[in-house]
Amino acid sequence: MLENHAKLMQFFSSTDEVVGRKKLQKMIYILKKCEIPFEERYQFHFYGPYSEELTLRVEEMCNLGFISETKEEKKNYYQYRYKLTDNGKAFLEHYENNMPPLHEHIATMNEKSSRFLELVSTMLFFEHLPKEEVKEKVYTVKSTQNYTDEDLENGWEFIEKLRTIH
Amino acid sequence: MAYRDEKLSEEKVFKDPVHRYVHVRDRVIWDLIGTAEFQRLRRIKQLGTSYLTFHGAEHSRFNHSLGVYEIVRRIIENFKDRPNWDDEERLLCLSAALLHDLGHGPFSHSFEKVFKLDHEDFTQAILLGDTEVNQVLRRVEEGFPEKVADVINKTYSNKLVVSLISSQIDADRMDYLQRDAYFTGVSYGHFDMERILRVMRPMEDQVVVKESGMHAVEDYIMSRYQMYWQVYFHPVTRSAEVILTKILHRAKELYESDYTFKLEPVHFLSFFEGKPNLSEYLALDEAVTLYYFQTWMQEEDPVLSDLCHRFVNRKLFKYIEFNPNSQMNEWMELYKLFQKAGLNPDYYLVVDSSSDLPYDFYRPGEEGERLPIHLLQPNQELKELSRLSDIVESISGKKRTDHKLYIPLDRLQEMSNRSKTKKRIMEILYG
Repeated sequence: MLENHAKLMQFFSSTDEVVGRKKLQKMIYILKKCEIPFEERYQFHFYGPYSEELTLRVEEMCNLGFISETKEEKKNYYQYRYKLTDNGKAFLEHYENNMPPLHEHIATMNEKSSRFLELVSTMLFFEHLPKEEVKEKVYTVKSTQNYTDEDLENGWEFIEKLRTIH
Repeated sequence: MAYRDEKLSEEKVFKDPVHRYVHVRDRVIWDLIGTAEFQRLRRIKQLGTSYLTFHGAEHSRFNHSLGVYEIVRRIIENFKDRPNWDDEERLLCLSAALLHDLGHGPFSHSFEKVFKLDHEDFTQAILLGDTEVNQVLRRVEEGFPEKVADVINKTYSNKLVVSLISSQIDADRMDYLQRDAYFTGVSYGHFDMERILRVMRPMEDQVVVKESGMHAVEDYIMSRYQMYWQVYFHPVTRSAEVILTKILHRAKELYESDYTFKLEPVHFLSFFEGKPNLSEYLALDEAVTLYYFQTWMQEEDPVLSDLCHRFVNRKLFKYIEFNPNSQMNEWMELYKLFQKAGLNPDYYLVVDSSSDLPYDFYRPGEEGERLPIHLLQPNQELKELSRLSDIVESISGKKRTDHKLYIPLDRLQEMSNRSKTKKRIMEILYG
């Protein structure tokens, strides 16, 4: 029961908090691409890979009291913070933890901006293509973000770094 | 005349219960409709198992695909000569609209979940592989199949084109809401599409709606909301979906344990092995699937045979509301009690959550996680819909989720009234 929810809770239990819905979306996608067995399905959207399943599961976990969601008003937008609750921790105790350790992955991603994670997840979306074509694709679908060659280089390095974490 | 510009000598029309007529004048569109891969969509129901709840819901993805094409055709008629619209993209839009659901398999949702497949991958494979559809598209120009694939994959450079087929107010949703409402017979799902089409405007990278059309859009959002709870997420349909999923799991499990089926499930073998190729995927439609379910009713395995009997004869599981947080201990006790009662809990005690059927509500995309609906104000500024509409704001702020526990109540009732196990199960379930 709720095995996929439990996997997501393992994720939240590996960090103090996650700040931002967009960041959360991209982090889970990037982890999936690092062979972490999350089941949420993604599609490409205006802002890169996005999973409606993930959004719904997070809402369910909030409604069940397993995760707390705090809404903060910023200048032109709202920002959301997510944290595992005590109820969530108690629920997790019923499950065997079959997930690899995620602390280091998450800490590495948490240091980065959501704009950068949007770039990295977009690169990963096209990673079946040769690197030059990935670059072309990123410049095409993310023309308004004005990513530079240097950003892409940093992106590749970041992906490599994440994939070497065990 | 180039193939891409060729017109039929006379316009063809399909009579359609939702849009009255679907008009086809382009040779390319006519040829695409005639391909084997597109005709296959006649054998895939648009609403999967909903026909077991709403007996009229037998319409197919073929009907819906024609409907989406027709809506995009009408939008493009309205966009002609407007700023930001490039009529060179017309055929691309029409083709993508027609073909957007090409990769759907039988009872897509359950199949994809059990066999870990994604219909979008198969849509891409049909468009780009050795298929009749690909041959037609390639005649238009080299690279045209890739363009259509990019639009459907939402990775095409012109985001305005993408947003016609896929955004929070797109032709896909506008068709399925009305079509599903028509065929299920519910009174929700209706909205003034003609009005919305009249007030849609092409912008550089998205379709927007003039502010004066806000009330028509509100109606559309309400339709989405109501159709979700009344039709798409109907608890009885969910029960059928649960059983279907369990049938597929059981058949796969039996195959993996070297069980000998009375009739070798040749159409399923590649699915069980996790790697159906394109032709194997296309060969398995709903008619074939239901044929297997009929034959599996005679199988020796009591679980598979019972589940198939339930699906084919509509002997569905019953449900109760369930809270995984406060009822975790009860769940664990039930699991053991079901084992004791000889009912395999992995198949007969199922929690189904709203997220198991991802149907998207309208979301304002407050943190740029996805693009919202934008209203075009008289001063040419764009404003997100829920900032101007109280109705939409109140709906999009609601996070309604639920969990239900599905059980074969008939099997429990068959147990002796003297059984302590039965007594305790009933106590937990019904108090």
